Amino acid sequence: MWNRIYALFVARNTEFFRDRSALAWSVLLPVLIMFGFAYAFTEDNPEKFKVAIITAAQPGTATEQFKMTRYIKFIEVDGIEENLAKIERHQIDLLFDANTRKYWINQTSPNGYIVEKLLIAAFADSAQTLQQNMVEGDEVRYIDWVIPGVIAMNIMWGALFGIGYVIVRYRKMGVLKRLHATPVTSVEFLTAQIFSRLWLLLVVNILIFIGMDYFLEFRMDGSYFDLLLVFTLGCICLICCGLVVAARISSEEVANGLLNLFSWPMMFLSGVWFSLEGAHPLMQKLAMLLPLTHLTAAAREIMIDGAGLTQVADHLLVLGLSSVVLLLIGAKIFRWE
Amino acid sequence: MPIILQVSKLVKRFGKLIAVNDVSFEIQRGTCFGLLGPNGAGKTTTIELMEGIKTADAGSILYNGEPLGHQFRNEAGIMFQNTALQEFVTVREMLVQYSRFYPRTADIDKLVEQYSLGEFLNQDTRKLSGGQKQRLLLAMALINLPKILFLDEPTTGLDPQSRRNLWERVRQVKAEGTTILLTTHYMEEAYELCDEIAIMDHGRIIAHDAPDALLAKHFDDVVVQINEEDIPRRLGESEFDATYRNGNAHILTADVNKTVERLLALEVPLNRLRIRARDLEDLFLELTGKELRA
Repeated sequence: MWNRIYALFVARNTEFFRDRSALAWSVLLPVLIMFGFAYAFTEDNPEKFKVAIITAAQPGTATEQFKMTRYIKFIEVDGIEENLAKIERHQIDLLFDANTRKYWINQTSPNGYIVEKLLIAAFADSAQTLQQNMVEGDEVRYIDWVIPGVIAMNIMWGALFGIGYVIVRYRKMGVLKRLHATPVTSVEFLTAQIFSRLWLLLVVNILIFIGMDYFLEFRMDGSYFDLLLVFTLGCICLICCGLVVAARISSEEVANGLLNLFSWPMMFLSGVWFSLEGAHPLMQKLAMLLPLTHLTAAAREIMIDGAGLTQVADHLLVLGLSSVVLLLIGAKIFRWE
Repeated sequence: MPIILQVSKLVKRFGKLIAVNDVSFEIQRGTCFGLLGPNGAGKTTTIELMEGIKTADAGSILYNGEPLGHQFRNEAGIMFQNTALQEFVTVREMLVQYSRFYPRTADIDKLVEQYSLGEFLNQDTRKLSGGQKQRLLLAMALINLPKILFLDEPTTGLDPQSRRNLWERVRQVKAEGTTILLTTHYMEEAYELCDEIAIMDHGRIIAHDAPDALLAKHFDDVVVQINEEDIPRRLGESEFDATYRNGNAHILTADVNKTVERLLALEVPLNRLRIRARDLEDLFLELTGKELRA
């Protein structure tokens, strides 16, 4: 059995590495995306002030005046504790409780310093006094935040199209039919495809990770081993998605449509490019059904927050269970012709 | 000779179409069995049922008295009609890959030599000519030293030289004791290679025997062939019940002397006259009323 799996594994790898256009594309695309984002989001942007505000039942004039300040985005929030972490990570520049007139800023944040001055100016003629509180934290740039998602997204494209398209093409060309005439079983064939795609995805994305880190020096607070585990499980889950899509169809056009149907919602609903905070609850629930959401979230928690495996266990559980279910479905409905 | 493959009351339906309808036959070990039929006759479906690629709706297929199973998979060599090869892989790599699928395999270097694959051994499979590809596919089908070899229209699309070259190799395989099941469009191929043939039409076997026995059973006449320009159509049809095709009048007769005498009496020039025995193509036309290559 393992001899047959090894033979299929070697054949698929050989095919992949000799198909130079496919190889180049699978490496170049994520590099181009990351450089594009690095360029776009490291430019100075004058409208980056964000203030979270806990609105008072009867806001005073000074508060209203402060809220009229231009170039500041005011976000209404309910609690203090959950937003302190966002100040730590520079996701917001200042937190202001209009009831108590306490405010929190990050002492290392230039934006926080400026917004504080504007707040104090707004209350200069008021009898009400402000109370300053400091929080500490390192800056999280957008590139730090987006890199885990971009790598996860690259894994998704590689897994879905890399395995889905290949199997459909094999079926259309009659390669699967020829294999069916040998002692190779469907489980052996699928196992070889999973292993082949898995290691290719891991190697390509590790190289991209190292290369991007060299140029962009993005944040990595957690364990590399934990991150590798998350990416491995994510790869397997997304490869199994590709297997399900490719299990029966023999038309590349249909495969293309179905793979896009899977991949595009994942790309926009999985929090790769922007947070879904504030989005419609139904959309948020839908996002939680997508493997890419869990892969992105777990990678982000490890890389930015330094989370360990126990903290991302819920995401790992979803990815693991989804992999098993999708693999069983894929193997069950798989057709050689 | 012992029976290696036994097919009984085989039925395969695709929706309302009955592609294989109550087909039964036996193949003896070490022989070459030909399955002939026009396009859509059901021969590829039949051979794919026998290969275990498709599942029958009814009937049974026994290999050495047992249902098709793991042993059959290990001992069967298969060459499909239109097999695509994996891309970006060389001829040697294809052979090595397939050799890893089986517990018992042929010596790859020997296969390379036997099937003249050496000159393009390290070439990408996409760059092979039709004849080279067929030779590789045949070598792949023989990689597991099969006891039974399925060849589904192995020479379709090949030039005459490549076709005869492949026939020679099939003869060698048979001489080594391998049982062969062959489907073909070419009557000459069937006649040259097969010990026994079955003619299929509309999913049924309509004739089954050794080629010469089938011809003897169905024909006691010969064909007198005259160029169409030498015998006007009206005269040929009224006097000899001749049929006209490919620029020739075909007169069927059991008494050649009498026919020639009559032609001379009618002052038909005999310079381009040919007399030939009836062949499998005639038999096929008689049985099915179809041109094989239509």
